[in-house]
Parts: sequence; structure tokens; C-alpha cells
Amino acid sequence: MSYLPKPKFRHPGLQKNKLGYTRRDYEGSVSTLCAGCGHDSISAAIIQACYELDLEPHRLAKLSGIGCSSKTPTYFLGQSHGFNSVHGRMPSVLTGANLANRDLIYLGVSGDGDSASIGLGQFAHAIRRGVDMLYVVENNGVYGLTKGQFSATADAGSKSKWGADNNDSPIDMVALALQLGATYVARSFSGDKQQLVPLIKGALGHRGAAFIDCISPCVAFNNHAGSTKSFDYVREHNEAVNALDYMPVRSEIKADYAEGALEQVTQHDGSVLNLYKLARDYDVHDRIAAMTYLQKKNAKGEIATGLLYVDSSPKDLHAHLQTVEGPLNLLGDADLIPGAAALEKFNAARR
Amino acid sequence: MPKPLERVNDFVVKFANVNGSGSASANTLFGKIILRMGIPATPRNIFPSNIQGLPTWYEVRISEAGWLGSRGGVDLMVPMNPQTWDQDMASVEPGGYVLYDSTKPLPPSKFRDDVTVLGVPLTEMCNAAYTDPRQRQLFKNVMYVGALAALLDMEVEVVEKLIAEQFWGKEKLIKPNIAAMHMGRDWALKNLPCPIGLRLKRVDKVGDRIMVEGNSAAALGAVYGGATVCAWYPITPSSSLAEAFTSHCKRFRVDQTSSKRKYAIVQAEDELASIGMVIGAGWNGARAFTSTSGPGISLMQEFIGLAYFAEIPAVIFDVQRGGPSTGMPTRTQQCDLLSAAYASHGDTKHVLLLPEDPKECFDFGAQAFDLADRLQTPIFVMLDLDIGMNERLCAPFKWDDARRMDRGKVMTAKDLDSGKPFGRYLDVDGDGIPYRTYPGTHPTRGAFFTRGTTKDQYARYTEEGPAYIENMTRLLRKFDTAKTLVPQPIRRDAAQPTRLGAIYYGSTSPAMDEALHRLAGEGVHLNTLRLRAFPFHQDVTAFCAAHDRVFVVEQNRDGQMRTLLMSECGIDPAKLAPVLHYDGTPITAKFIAETIAEKANVVPFRKAVS
Repeated sequence: MSYLPKPKFRHPGLQKNKLGYTRRDYEGSVSTLCAGCGHDSISAAIIQACYELDLEPHRLAKLSGIGCSSKTPTYFLGQSHGFNSVHGRMPSVLTGANLANRDLIYLGVSGDGDSASIGLGQFAHAIRRGVDMLYVVENNGVYGLTKGQFSATADAGSKSKWGADNNDSPIDMVALALQLGATYVARSFSGDKQQLVPLIKGALGHRGAAFIDCISPCVAFNNHAGSTKSFDYVREHNEAVNALDYMPVRSEIKADYAEGALEQVTQHDGSVLNLYKLARDYDVHDRIAAMTYLQKKNAKGEIATGLLYVDSSPKDLHAHLQTVEGPLNLLGDADLIPGAAALEKFNAARR
Repeated sequence: MPKPLERVNDFVVKFANVNGSGSASANTLFGKIILRMGIPATPRNIFPSNIQGLPTWYEVRISEAGWLGSRGGVDLMVPMNPQTWDQDMASVEPGGYVLYDSTKPLPPSKFRDDVTVLGVPLTEMCNAAYTDPRQRQLFKNVMYVGALAALLDMEVEVVEKLIAEQFWGKEKLIKPNIAAMHMGRDWALKNLPCPIGLRLKRVDKVGDRIMVEGNSAAALGAVYGGATVCAWYPITPSSSLAEAFTSHCKRFRVDQTSSKRKYAIVQAEDELASIGMVIGAGWNGARAFTSTSGPGISLMQEFIGLAYFAEIPAVIFDVQRGGPSTGMPTRTQQCDLLSAAYASHGDTKHVLLLPEDPKECFDFGAQAFDLADRLQTPIFVMLDLDIGMNERLCAPFKWDDARRMDRGKVMTAKDLDSGKPFGRYLDVDGDGIPYRTYPGTHPTRGAFFTRGTTKDQYARYTEEGPAYIENMTRLLRKFDTAKTLVPQPIRRDAAQPTRLGAIYYGSTSPAMDEALHRLAGEGVHLNTLRLRAFPFHQDVTAFCAAHDRVFVVEQNRDGQMRTLLMSECGIDPAKLAPVLHYDGTPITAKFIAETIAEKANVVPFRKAVS
């Protein structure tokens, strides 16, 4: 959008969170994406979520692959370490980073080209390993940075900006994530900040593989009639299964809801997800039913959004590997090096 | 018929078996018996890419003189595999011996009249003694070891003791195995002219040396080097390195009180993910490695370049083998030098360590992690199948308890608070190595964004030419610094002044030692330089300058080390004579000596050895 440096000036009346940070402290440098890009809205939602969570920016690591979406980590959380890795390989880099230090929060940002095409394998394997992370796919069905080629999430029958038809079947990232064992699965829309911010907050508090498929229209190459990832199309076909309100701790519910319309899900870190059911019979804990429901909606051309599945006591990769409680990168010589006496025994056994 | 061979402690025994028939433990036992009698011996597995059914061989070179390289030729053949009978029979030296299972009569055309044939009815004896088919198969192996004990005059107490050690923890198996061994031995003593002309005699030539596989040694080096993250994808011949790391860690790295693990090992979905995880972990301050082979190095290229430019520590053990796809995965070569040294796109150069044996696999395995942290770059440890997957006699491993991990230039929260300026790619010390911070270090200082090359000294995004050039020249400075930190080459001078030199590296060492000895015996003297790392120390250029002709001995077709010498040191190609062995078998002293003699135009020698 702009190469101008971001002004340092801040309104003196800006609200501060518990850490004394304003919302601006969670920002990054000025976005260089196109004006109106859905991805910028997602960055804004991430900033909002981290601010509201009173998250220390340096305790979060942001990693991405290559593409428009993967550029966005520069535009939020300027005080966090970031890693723009190689195309389609963010999941493995994030997995390794997580192995090195389990105490940080890991945010993987990717796109549909990065995760559904070149990186489909790495996406699948990071999810099935249960890496403790929030994995966001900024899904616009198109390659933006290389100017408008179809991606693997483009719906069959959708049209490119230049009128070409996509004949290939789309990859449904949510269906894959559910099948592969992600323990927090959501779909949202970059144009619906009210829905997206609490979903991100819930996912950041989730101690397992959390996945958000966020439809994010590409204003330059995929926002025309005939596209199924345009602002207009998504607004028309969006059907939320629930609305989420994130609470850092369990607290009293003030508003009145009809019987059965509210469900509270307590996560491992003590945070509570207040779920207001919009689809009355939708069970957010039933993975198999969720997959069926989503496929039915999909067949009708509707886009089901909201928190689609959550396992409130997930196990992550560190639990599977039985690693020590603290970060591996802090272990020192005494922890790691067996020493000369042990080596002499090793030698003796080989004579 | 030529006179049957008469040799003490200097011959080659080869076993031909069917893969999956349980012969490996009997053959290993045979090799160990020789070492316990104080005689240096070098076993080599020659195996196909297969789990069951295809032919496999186990060769033991026995050499009181201490030559550990492959010799070539067979003096005593034990052909237990009918599929390869003809080829095995043909491989025996004239005057040699064949020990075979004589249960089924074979036509005379299947034998040679210039070798001594010794038949033992192994199957018949096994069928009489055992009813279980698996036992019949397994005990046959121990039985031929028993027959060999009689034929080669082995110390029977040593054999018994080693059987007991081999089955330690499985007490029930000790007695029947010893009994089977005696069955074979007694039959041979009674029915065959024991001992034969090839004999073992106790000496004291092994000393305190140990017998270990290079892969296991390198994995132990990784434990001592402080590695906590291992990500790998199975590929022959490197899989046993990651597997050995797993078992070493179970022994050394499990917290006694909590039973939790001070390590994380992930079998990745492919080599791209393996190296990605290693880079992620290295970026985040853990010592991490992967083990792979040539095809894996090819797949990792893009990531290796990223680690080079983003300056992330990583250790890559490359256990080299022949070609891609199904090609020669179980054969040895030194053929990944160029693809590792210049891995990736853009201008990249990498540090390679070149261990000669398991001892150096251990030493370099540990040192690689210090170098990776110090230089903030990928470090390759270049093994090959010959040292990786075979047990090799080597010096015992040593460790100084006062040694500490060198974590390199890492800024702590304290450093940042004290106001030290931080620029991720700023060359503060003039050695080309910048400072880094681990993620999560400080609330407001030291964070940076990691990218490939589009950045300035403060890790800010830029596509400006001068910033790019500044960064690239600094990386060259860093590579110069690496020359002073890597293991230095080792020069050995001939007994007489000479204008001829030879350069070699890695698993070629034992064959080279023996070749030099043979060449000196024929009056051909060479000074040698054993390379232990890339980039090259200045001694390498000086060595080439000091000789009229330098033979570069290596195990690949294209003379990859020779290419590196030409391109990195600017040495005249005419001066560097390639000596190249690349049929997949380990290089031999005979090959080196003959090739050098021929190239040096030493005619009498050529005649003498042919």
C-alpha cells in the first residue's frame, strides 16, 4: 500500500491493556499489500486479539512461508521474532521452533497456495503431529503475488479474473484439518472481525494444533463476479454455526439466552469459550458430525463459519514425545553431556 | 593345483549368505573372535537393498600388520547361498579354501581344482539336532563358526565367552548356541585336516582400540555435542545414525526423576520437513541435526540456502552412497562433495567436515554443533557407507569434562539491557559473524525478522544492491573465519624427499596408508595431505605449490575434491592427477598403488603388482 514509514505519534488517550501496552504496540510496519486486501483485516484482528489477551509480544513467534499472506507477519507484532521461511515449508520450521522452546506461542501464517498446493504435505503432517500452534490460512483461492493464477482451494466452476474456468476440485482445508486431528478448527471471513477476533483469541489459548481457515478476498485478482472467494459471494453464502465470546477466566454470564443456546468450553489454560449456538443441533465436540455437516453445507454452496470443532483437553507433540517441562534450548552442559566416565564405559563395551 | 595358501593372521574370509537368514550375528561373532585374539580385523557388510531373500556378503580382512582398508580378493570363502555359488567360487584366490555345506551333493563342475574344498554337512547335522525350522536355520550359522574355529585354530574359550556376551540378557540362548558351535567344531576336528594353512595366532596388536560403526559414533558425537532436536527421514545408509541417536538418548538423556526426555526426535514426512525442523529449532536456539544421504541433500537444497543466508545453525550428517532413485543405495561413494559444498541457489558455500573413521565421526559429530553455533551456518559431516554402516577398529573416544558448549554470539536480555547495540547482520567484530538473539529474549529489544537475502544489517527489508553486496561480502569474511576454526589438514612426509604429493580424505585413509607403504616398498615416495574439512586451510595451497604433481585420491567419478581444489585454491588442473574409484565397493590399497604407479610412470612397479 505504502512505503511511508509509520508515524511514531500516538494519541495520548489510547487505551492500555494490563501490560501497559496500547493496541499500537502490537502493530508492525506499514502493510505493502493492496488497498482493501482481506489479509490486512486479518492482521488487524491478530493485533486486536493479542492486545485484548494482554499477550507479551516477545513471547510469541510468528512464522510464515511465501506469498502475500506470508508477508503479513511483518505488519503485526513488531516486537516478536518473525521468520519468513520458504514456500510451503512454514509448518516444518514452526515444528522445529516449537520443539526447541515449548514455552512460546507459535503463530503460523500461510495462504492457500502456500498450504494447499506446494505445502499441502507439510500442512497435513504438522496438524497430525499435534504441534501446539495457531495455524492461519488466509484463503483467497488465488495466487496474488504472481498475479492471479488459481490456487488449489479455488472452487470447481469458479472463474478467474480473465474468464478462465477452474475445473479442478478444491481442497477443503477445514475438512483436512478435521480429518487429520486438529484439536481446534474454525473458519471465518476477513470481513467479519467480530467473529474472527474471538476465534483467534480462543486459538491462541489452545494448547494443541489450532487451525483457522480465514476466507480473505483478493481485491486485485479474485473479487469479481464468478469468483466464490469474493466479498459479495462470501457475505451472501456465509452461515455461522455459532458466535464465540472469549473469556480469559470463567465468569458469570450476564445476558439471557434461550435454553440450550449457550455452551461454555473451558480450555486447558483456564480460558473459557462462550459459544452461542446459531445452528441449534451443531455439536462443536463431535468431529465426525462436524465433518458431515460441513460437507452437506459445502454441497449446497454455503460456507459454514464459526468454531467448528474443539477438543478442550488436547495433547500436543511435546506430550507425545515426553519431553521435559522446560524449553530444550535452555538445557546446559550438565543436562546434556554424559561426560568422560560414561564415554569410557561406552568404549569398554566395544573391545 | 597351486600350493594351498599358508598364512598366519593375514588373510580375507568372506561369507555369502541369504538376506534375512540370521547370519549377521554369527558373522559378527566371527569378526569379534579375531579381535579378542589381539589381531586387527576389519569386517564389511556387502548387502543389497532388500529385507529378505537377496544375496548378502560379510567380508573380514584379518591383518596383523594393521591394514584396515578393503584388500580385494578372498582366501577363504564360506558360500552359504546357492544363488551366488558360481560367483563366490570364482572369487577365491588360487590356493584358497572353500568351506561349504556338503549335505546335498554337488557335481564336480561346481568346484575348482585350484582351491581346497572343505565340506561340512551343516544342514544334515542341524536337521538331526533340531526340529524347529527357524532353529535349524539359525544354528547352522553358529555351526559354521564352530567349524571355522577348528579350521583356523581359534581359541575355543574366546568363542564361548563371546557367545555368552552376545546373548547377554537372553540366558536361555547361550547354552544351545555354545552347543551348536561345538557340534560344528567337533565335526571338523574329526573329519577335516585341522588346522588349514590359514591360521589365527594370538598377538597383541589391537591395543585399547574399540570396534564401532561410524553412524553410531557420529550419533554419540551429537549427544556429546549437546544436540536436543533430531529430525530425519529414513534413507539408507543414514537411517542407523538417527536410530543410534535414539538409543544413545534413551541411555544418556532421560531425566532420572521425572522420566522425561531431554531431547526430541521426529521422523519427518520427507527430507524437506527434516531440514525445515532442524532450521526452526536452530533459529530458536536448540542444537539440531538431521541425518541423510545424497538424495536427501538434493531435496534439502532450498532450505540449506535459506539457512546459509538467514545464518541459522544446523548440522547435517550426510552418509554418502551411490546415485538417485534405486541406484546403489547400499554401496559406498564420496559423491556428494560438490552438492554439499555449494548446496542451494544464489552464491552459497558450506562447511564440510570429513571424518576418516568412527573416532573422527564422534569428534567431528560433537564439534559440528560448536561450529554451527559459532559460525551460524549449516555444517555438513560427510560420512560414507563404508565407515557409517560397518564396524571399524579405531582409537577409543575421549572427552574432556572441562569442555563446554560454545553457543557462539548470542545476545542475552542482560546484554540488551546494558545498551549493547544489536543489528542481526552487523559485523561488530570484523570476523563476519554477527550477533543473534533467541526468540522470546527481551520484551522490547532484540526482536528481528528473519528472511533470505532481502535485508540490511539490521534485518530490515530492503532490495537495495549495496545492502545485498555488503551482506554477501560479509558472508565471505565469515567463510574465511571458518577456515581457522575447522579441523586442519594433516600432512605426512615420505621417508625420502619427493616432488610427488597425494591428497585424500574420509574413508580412503586406511587404503591410502597401505598403498603408501606398498609404493614406498617399490621406491615410489609421496608426501601426503589428509583433508579434514572444507573450506581449505592455507596449508592446502602451500602443499600443492610445494609439489610437482599431486594425486587426488577419491571415491567418485568426477574428481569432486579436485574440482574444489581447482576452484577454491586456483590450482593448475594439470598438476592435480585424479585417482578415482567409484564402482560402489570401498577403495583398495591395490587400486591406489597401481593407479599412482601407472600415472607416475613407474613401469617396474606396474609389472610387479599386476
